[in-house]
Amino acid sequence: MPMLDINDNIKWTSEKEMNPSLMVNAALSAEISIQVKNLVKVYGKDKTIAVDDVSFNVGKGELFGLIGPDGAGKTSIFRMLTTLLLPEGGSATVNGNDVVKDYKKIRKSVGYMPGKFSLYQDLSIEENLNFFATIFGTTLEENYDLIRDIYIQIEPFKKRRAGKLSGGMKQKLALCCALIHKPTVLFLDEPTTGVDPVSRREFWEMLKRLKAQNITILVSTPYMDEANMCDRIALIQKGKILSIDTPAEIINAYPDILYKIKADNIYHLYLHLNEFQYTKSCFAFGEMLHVSFTKNMEEVQSELLNYLNQRGHQNVSMDLVIPTIEDCFIKLLSN
Amino acid sequence: MREIVIKTENLSKRFGTFTAVNEINFEVYKGEIFGFLGANGAGKTTAMRMLCGLSTPSSGSATIAGFDIFRDTDKIKKNIGYMSQKFSLYENLTVLENIHFFGGIYGLSNQQLKEKSEVLVNKLGLYQEVNKLVSSLPLGWKQKLSFSVAILHEPKIVFLDEPTGGVDPVTRRQFWDLIYEASDSGMTIFVTTHYMDEAEYCNRICIMVDGSISALDSAPNLKLKFKANSMDEVFYALARGAKRGE
Repeated sequence: MPMLDINDNIKWTSEKEMNPSLMVNAALSAEISIQVKNLVKVYGKDKTIAVDDVSFNVGKGELFGLIGPDGAGKTSIFRMLTTLLLPEGGSATVNGNDVVKDYKKIRKSVGYMPGKFSLYQDLSIEENLNFFATIFGTTLEENYDLIRDIYIQIEPFKKRRAGKLSGGMKQKLALCCALIHKPTVLFLDEPTTGVDPVSRREFWEMLKRLKAQNITILVSTPYMDEANMCDRIALIQKGKILSIDTPAEIINAYPDILYKIKADNIYHLYLHLNEFQYTKSCFAFGEMLHVSFTKNMEEVQSELLNYLNQRGHQNVSMDLVIPTIEDCFIKLLSN
Repeated sequence: MREIVIKTENLSKRFGTFTAVNEINFEVYKGEIFGFLGANGAGKTTAMRMLCGLSTPSSGSATIAGFDIFRDTDKIKKNIGYMSQKFSLYENLTVLENIHFFGGIYGLSNQQLKEKSEVLVNKLGLYQEVNKLVSSLPLGWKQKLSFSVAILHEPKIVFLDEPTGGVDPVTRRQFWDLIYEASDSGMTIFVTTHYMDEAEYCNRICIMVDGSISALDSAPNLKLKFKANSMDEVFYALARGAKRGE
């Protein structure tokens, strides 16, 4: 495979940013649930740009992920789409309703689970649910089907105050409350942050079942490995979208050939590979290093092995590896 | 024989009738990166608090950096470092003030503080920021500074309680570069994390379920044993049966 030069890499990201309308997955319904056009959010006197000209569409029934670290602008996007914050530029619609003009319609039809636990700590599980049901003019019974799978897991504790629940149970209660009025679009802002891997996995199972009921879901996460659970994802950093596509296509578009390399002393291997003259990138991934080179492997192999032998590395093993979403994110950050 | 810096024997902690930590036994070696994992409520924090000399065990015994966990808690505190994402630095103090404050607490002299601050600021590339409030730093820098401050007094062991949440993958790796470097110099790293790929950076991993140790081995051995492709699968296999919430 010929090496792509840096210009190709830049093109690789910006092409997709420019054409959000092309990004709707043909396999999904053509109907658009969320449309975001050149959205901008600026904060404070020093005009910090939190959301910088962001555009994307989410199809009806799609599970769409915003993937990025703290400070990427994920929460600002959520708050603008749920009509809790006004944008400084651009526009957005949810179910065809404008986030500024039609905010009342949007509030009735969407469910929102903020990143920070926002239910009433002094009310019990049952009281919180009834409270939110009443606000939306419905009852727990009316839409019970939608929340049953989730609710039965916390029902044994329904008399317990929300403030006394474990992280995993709070998360389930918050999801129930966000679903109580049968929303057509669900906004979940970092629902799995700080939750252990078992609860995280269970949570994604719940989202899959909700998606099967044709609910559109916009979810954000800092965990790159959760990207694969989404139909499509936007990788986001410092207010800008780096790439939008299906996880498989984002991985397909990774421009380099990637190798996983390990040896007995992985830290020294890491230091040495970073100094090797043909190393393009080298990052730790679990017990392996993921490494790309500026030359083809045939050209570089003997020199590489000599280089590592001279530095006393034992049990060096190397193999091709398929990039992960995290590899792609790192690559996009380096552009 | 590798030097042992943490050794626990049947270490337990009970709160009333609830056994938070149930007879745990393990050893951690000098220079090792030791991963301590468990679902929410498994007893990790309680165990870690005992090891740091902050909570008296109900039964069992342990030595930390050669000091007894019952009798020598003050000496333990002087010989360990601690960092957590939740509490790390004082946001309303500057970078330099934080370094001096924490260094001072650990008994470094003014001369030592001056020298070490310089080395640290140089290493982290924080020249422009020394007199800025910590609250103005990006999260990734706070985490790196927080770790560096925690090891300023050159402790034998540093405890890291979920140190790296919420930062981008490159920044997270820069943080781990610091951990590797410390370990390479002979410091022992005891770390809890929810990132399973980070667990794989550890030399050995201990997984707690419902107050007991369910597994303790290197990542490759654990994956082999549980016929799993990733630590995530190993963790899931062990922790999905957990009875306890938080």
